[in-house]
Amino acid sequence: MITKDAEKVAPVTPAPAAPEPPQRPRKQQRAWDEVPRWQIYLPLSVYLVFTLVPFYWILLFALRKPGSTSLVPWPVTFEHFEKVWNERSFGTYFQNSVLVGVVTLLMTTLVALAGGYALARFDFKIKRGFMLALLCSQFVPGALLLVPLFQIFAELRMINSLGSVILAETVFQLPLSIILISTFIKNVPYSLEEAAWVDGCNRFTAFRVVVLPLLRPGLIAVGSFAFVHSWNHFLFALMFLSNQEKQTIPVGLNTLLSADSVDLGALAAGGIIAAVPVVIVFAFIQKWLITGFSAGAVKG
Amino acid sequence: MAQAAAVAKPPAPPRRSRARRVSATPRRLPYLLIAPAALLMLGFIAYPVVSVFYYSLQHYNPTKPWRNGYAGFDNFVHAFTEDPLFWDTLVFSAKWVFVEVGLQLLFGLALALIVNQTFVGRSLGRALVFSPWAVSGVLTSAIWVLLYNSQTGITRYLADLGIGEYGTSWLSDTSTVFSAVVVADLWRGVPFFAILILADLQSISKDLYEAAEVDGASRVRQFLHITLPHLKDAIILSTLLRAVWEFNNVDLLYTLTGGGPAGETTTLPLYIANTSVDAHNFGYASALTTVAFVILLFCSMVYLRLSKFGGESK
Repeated sequence: MITKDAEKVAPVTPAPAAPEPPQRPRKQQRAWDEVPRWQIYLPLSVYLVFTLVPFYWILLFALRKPGSTSLVPWPVTFEHFEKVWNERSFGTYFQNSVLVGVVTLLMTTLVALAGGYALARFDFKIKRGFMLALLCSQFVPGALLLVPLFQIFAELRMINSLGSVILAETVFQLPLSIILISTFIKNVPYSLEEAAWVDGCNRFTAFRVVVLPLLRPGLIAVGSFAFVHSWNHFLFALMFLSNQEKQTIPVGLNTLLSADSVDLGALAAGGIIAAVPVVIVFAFIQKWLITGFSAGAVKG
Repeated sequence: MAQAAAVAKPPAPPRRSRARRVSATPRRLPYLLIAPAALLMLGFIAYPVVSVFYYSLQHYNPTKPWRNGYAGFDNFVHAFTEDPLFWDTLVFSAKWVFVEVGLQLLFGLALALIVNQTFVGRSLGRALVFSPWAVSGVLTSAIWVLLYNSQTGITRYLADLGIGEYGTSWLSDTSTVFSAVVVADLWRGVPFFAILILADLQSISKDLYEAAEVDGASRVRQFLHITLPHLKDAIILSTLLRAVWEFNNVDLLYTLTGGGPAGETTTLPLYIANTSVDAHNFGYASALTTVAFVILLFCSMVYLRLSKFGGESK
């Protein structure tokens, strides 16, 4: 107790005769750092209203009774969710979307890991060409290649199978993922791997034991992008899957949206079902988002 | 050989030679490693791009097979001389990309500067401000349809307060639809810039500001002479990526307005999607796609040249 009190008092007492040099600049910096509080909180709260009102609006519509115009969702009802999940087959869509998202995530990460490692650790003849192809393909929009892609999948007899969507999503996710992963691998010193070889590991084991654990934040970021992207993207699913049992959540939402008279409650509930996994992933990766992005190349 | 060398010189060299042996053996390894990615991209990006070029010179419409065949530059001539919709969509695309990217950059920059400060509740503030980033185009449309609908949307509650009239929707009125769509896309687009710029802001050394402070530079001057130059490359790269993305991405417009009312919000890619999906006019759609590629490539190059991106490093 006594020691604690002493500690508390200590900072208050004036500094001893010789002023400690490191304290000066810190004080100065703090004085400079003090932007008036209102200049932070006022614009921030205005912007937060803009960000949060739409979220509130969809919750409101999803939870209040049909026909109600109250601005508070009370009494809460879950009938919209039941209806969307069972009658509008969002249950099936959800399963399909999860399957597409998870398989895309796995494929993208694996293929990009291999390619990224090659770019980070080797010099080979077509390296520059490959890099250029990766960068250029960022400019190729999947939306404009719908027709030839449709023809390819028709040839492969993959129309109406989730495989077509998974393949297409993976391919368009690859360029960015490879670039990102190769920068992450470059940040891991090569000497660590070499040390592992000396200890008798082969290249693969050395990679698995030494590099892979260090890549974890980067891989989580890349994998989450792949998941969120394939979860959100809807044009491929819309084009390649005409069978209703094969469709994904965004296509289901689009069906609700394009109905002649939109059932707003169902739309809101469907939207929340669509948002939940993304929100979870977002909360999970937020920590790594900023640092992951610092690596360089980024796409929306 | 490596083995022999290792035997000859005792302690330090074996380490190196062994390491070299491991790294030198797999000559084919890098090719094996990029093979899956390369094959996938060849099959599903390169081949489709080539086939788009091919079909742009063809009449190709599965619903009118009797006309299919070589078309020369007919499709292009048709687009540039006979199709007023093409020009309309081109003009709208330019307007859309320019306004969206400009506003997103402006708000994103301001937001990043704010949440880069130290204040109580910063991490919560960041999480909330960035949250629309991961929301999809279709979901954004769903949310804003709920906000904009004429019966129970925001206009109804505004009308309750005596602002505007009942039963109006900003999406169906040609005078308000553009702003309505811009706001909806801003909502999910601003966090992208904010996240990127914040990431870059954090790499600026605090010493620079301290030095400027000592020299008596005002905060505005510090922003203009330290922050902005440092952010330059990140801003150029993110605006370019975003512009390409805003041009190409049709999710939001497709689901929110469908390009309407009266084609008022149709971008070129949306027009292409409609031409190929609804009208099955694949040949013409391919020609339009080719035009879109050329425009994208040209604009990107001009932009990078004008902004002298990465100029100092050369």
